[in-house]
This record gives sequence, C-alpha cells and structure tokens, in this order.
Amino acid sequence: MTRQERAAWMFTAPVLAIILLVLVLPTVLALALSVTDYSLYALADWSNLGFVGFGNFTDLARTPLFWRSLGNTALFALLGVPAAIGLSLATALLLDAKTVRWKPLWRVLLFAPYVTSVVATAVVWRFLLNTRFGLVNYALGWVGIGPVDWLGDPHASIPAILIFVTWKIFGYNMIVFTAALSAVPGDLMEAARLDGAGRWARFRHVTLPAIGPTLLLAAVMSVAGFLQIFAEPYVMTLGGPAQSTTTVLYFMYQEGFTWWNLGRASAVAFVLFVLILILTFVQARIGRRYEWL
Amino acid sequence: MAVKVSRLRIGAILTNALVAVLTLVVTLPLAWMVTVSFMPRGESNAFPPPFWPSRWSLENYHELLARRLIDGAWFDYRIVPAIGNSLFVAAMSTLLGLLLTVPAGYAFAKLRFRGRERLLKLLIASLVVPGQVAMLPLFLIFKQLGLINSYAGVILPSLAGIFAVLFVRQATLAIPDEMIDAARLDGASEARIFRTIVLPLLTPVTVTLALFMFLGSWNDFLWPLIVLADQHLYTLPVAVAAIAREHAADGELMMASAVVTTMPVLLLFLALQRYYIGGLLGGSIKG
Repeated sequence: MTRQERAAWMFTAPVLAIILLVLVLPTVLALALSVTDYSLYALADWSNLGFVGFGNFTDLARTPLFWRSLGNTALFALLGVPAAIGLSLATALLLDAKTVRWKPLWRVLLFAPYVTSVVATAVVWRFLLNTRFGLVNYALGWVGIGPVDWLGDPHASIPAILIFVTWKIFGYNMIVFTAALSAVPGDLMEAARLDGAGRWARFRHVTLPAIGPTLLLAAVMSVAGFLQIFAEPYVMTLGGPAQSTTTVLYFMYQEGFTWWNLGRASAVAFVLFVLILILTFVQARIGRRYEWL
Repeated sequence: MAVKVSRLRIGAILTNALVAVLTLVVTLPLAWMVTVSFMPRGESNAFPPPFWPSRWSLENYHELLARRLIDGAWFDYRIVPAIGNSLFVAAMSTLLGLLLTVPAGYAFAKLRFRGRERLLKLLIASLVVPGQVAMLPLFLIFKQLGLINSYAGVILPSLAGIFAVLFVRQATLAIPDEMIDAARLDGASEARIFRTIVLPLLTPVTVTLALFMFLGSWNDFLWPLIVLADQHLYTLPVAVAAIAREHAADGELMMASAVVTTMPVLLLFLALQRYYIGGLLGGSIKG
C-alpha cells in the first residue's frame, strides 16, 4: 500500500464505517425484519420471533388504513410537487428579471422559512389555519370566501397541510432554479428576441431546455420529499380528521413505535422505499426521453 | 420613444411590487409568530385576528421557561433543558460531522486508492435509500448497544454524511493538482498537506457545510422522537411537539415556544446567509 493509499483509508474509513453501521446494515436488516413477526413479545425475548415470509405484506394488503395512507401520500405528492415546483420556478423567474432591485434581500427573506424547524412552524400554521381566529380565514374573508375548517374537515386537511409545506420548502428550489437560470445562454435569448419569439416561446425553447436537468432533479427530490411527510400531520392533525392526513410514514411510525409491530412497520418502510425507487426511475426515463439527462 | 420608456418603467415598478408583496406574504407568518408570542394570554383568540399586541408582555416566555411550584411539585415545560440539549446535540454533530466528512471528501477527490471509483458510485447510489427504512432496525441495534435514550444515539446517525462527503469532494476538485504534488515533492506528509494546503482553501465550503449540519441537526425531528424516551433529554422540536399535542388552545404560549425554537437558527442563517445561499448557488451568482 502506498503512502497516499494509507492516508486515503485513514481519511475515509471512519465515515465509511459509520455509514455501514447506521445506514447499510440497518437497510439490509430491514428487509430481514419485514419477513418476521417482530413485535412487543420479541422485543422482550428473542425466542418469540417467528418467520412469516410475505405474511406482513399480505397482511398490509388487507389493512384499509394502509391503503388509506398510501392514497393520502399519493395525493400529497400529486398536488404538492407541481405546487411547490411551480411556485419555486415562478419566483425564480420573477427574481431573474433585470429590473428587480435588492435581489439578495428578497432571496434571503423568501428562503427563511426553509431553515426553520418543521415542528415549530407547523405549530405556527396550525394557529394561522385556525377556523375562527386564524389569519388565513381572515384574509379569505376579504375576498368573500367563508371560514374554512382547514384542519377539521377531511376534505380541507390535505390542502391545508400543503399550503404550509409549500410555504416552508419553495425557497430551496427557488435558489436552485436561480442558479440554473443564470446559466441560460444570454446571446441565445437575445437572438430569439430578435427573431421575434414571444415571452412564452422564449421560455419554452430557450429557458426550459437549459434548466431541464435541474428541473428534473428538483422533481425527483420533491417527490421523494413529499412521500416522506410525517412531522406535519404529527403536529397539526395527529393523522386526522377521519385519518385524512395519515401518511405512509405516519402509519409506519404508529405501527412501529406506538404498537411495536416492528416487522409490519419494516414491511411498510420497504413499500415506501420501492415506491420512491420506481418513481425516481420513471422520472429519469422521462427525462432521458426529452434529452434532459 | 418616451411612451416606450415609460411603459418599461411601469413594468419594472410592477415587477418590483409583485416581488415585495410576495415576500411580505411569505414572511408574515414568521412576523405574526413573534408578535403573538408577546401578547397577553388569550388576546389572540379574537376576531379579527390582532396583529399587534395591545401591550408587550413577557408572561408567555415566563410561563414557558420558568420552573414553578404547583401543589408542592416542581413543574416546567422542560424547554430550558431542551435548549441546552439541542445546542449540545447540534454542536456535537456539526463538529464530529466535519471531522469525519471533510477529510473523506478530500480523499475521494484527490487521493488515489484502490476501489475509489466503485466506493463513490456506491455512495451516490445509497442516496436513494430513505433514512426511514433504516430507522426500525437501527432502533433495535442501538437498543442492543445501549444507545437508546442517549445523546450518542441521537448524534450517531447524523454523522453518516454521504451528501457532505460528495459536497466536499465537488469543492475539492477545483483545487489544482499541482499545488498538492509540489508539496508532496517537498516531502510533506499527507496529513500535513491536508492541514496546511487543502483545509485553508476549503474554509468557505466548510463554513457552508457546518451551517447545513447545524441547522439539519437542530431541526431534526423523527429520529430524536424515536430514540429519546426520557423527557429530560428531549431536543427542542421533540419538546415543542409534546407541548403542542397537549396545549393546542394556548396560542400565545405555543407561539413563544415556536419563537424559541426558530429564532436561534433564523438569526444564525441571517448572519451566515452568504455562505448558505452561496453554497446552494454553487458560485454561479454573486451577491
């Protein structure tokens, strides 16, 4: 082993060892755990542990709340990803205009919600969304919309949480898109303008191809992020009303750490993992089709 | 011509106004959080919702932070110890995280060793695995190791900084090989090269990374919630969530707890925003 090689291992081995211990090993074990009936009894005494094969998965398939949580999570992602990415992109485009002054100031302020604790801001938003005394309903009252029972009506609870989540996270992709927009070739834009291309045509044929890869990456990350919603329902709605905000992760947490059905909970975790993997793969394929990757 | 210029002016004013209104709407919840936290108890339960306290009161902070005797037993919301716990946990995971990931990121960029490319690919691939998949078995492993209900149990998983290693590697690639090779010819040891040549060049990146790590650890919720059962070890988000699930109606008190949790990191972010946003922008935009 060369001197350089020895140094390289000294530099990398500690972090690799930790990654192995807290990420790789547990992920492999999760697969093993998902085919057992690991529960409170096994937690007390390992001899109570039994092998159940795909039992946990077939069991889950017969659990209505599991399907409900999958549906809720899908709804979160389906509505949330376009909303969050759309707002991020719109804001980045708005801030990209040459006439906008004090850009660094706006950027910092619009980004600020992203660095706050989800739990703390969820508490704030629970109050903002209060049916009687909340600012949101007060503002809606101005435009003639009657009070909405945001967190108490099963039809309003997902939009309510989505408003909060979008507010909290859109600043991140706004910054990412700002960086991408700065790489849009200026002379190409000028040429298109001279050729008489309108605002939309320039966006569609010059801007979009240039920021395509960034957009795709942001979409993949956002889908993964929205599939992992947990703290918001935990603090704001406890998964209700009528289980309308029970997400896959909330369901997993309850199975695992409220009822201590760690075998079943691991099966849930694996379903989530596979879903994220499939969606990432599909998005990468779509991206390649449009030659963004 | 004059007409065209004034049309451009109006467009510019409208764009700027739009940006200002958007920013106002986005920052309003945080501003309201602060003003409500200073309102006398119960004042925010009114319609129309008051934005400004009738008088600035510290009673919510006193109720939240002070320990007092109720029916012969000491009671507090355990927010003060939670501040200490959060500070300690975030500081330790930042410090240890940097110690572990900065040298590793450098090694992946500049040191030649067998298996480097394969390891790098594995690291990138493992970014797809959501941390939650590992959480259930990790809980059982930590239970065997006696790490449940300990600071170490909270901190250890945050040290698996794959993203951090890749981030440092990316930044290190910009350092010219010639500088490192010249030092090597002068007979400097690898550790010395890293300390005296590479590390000073990586200072801005390290500050950015430290900020990412500190904020990430301070705001982390699910894992501390799982691993900490003892209320005296609760970090701020876990403590606030516990209060929030019981005291839903106490608007002013909850706002005070949100202020205590968000303000330290908001101020830290505002002070170091250049590094944070600069790190995300990747040096593509100045200012």
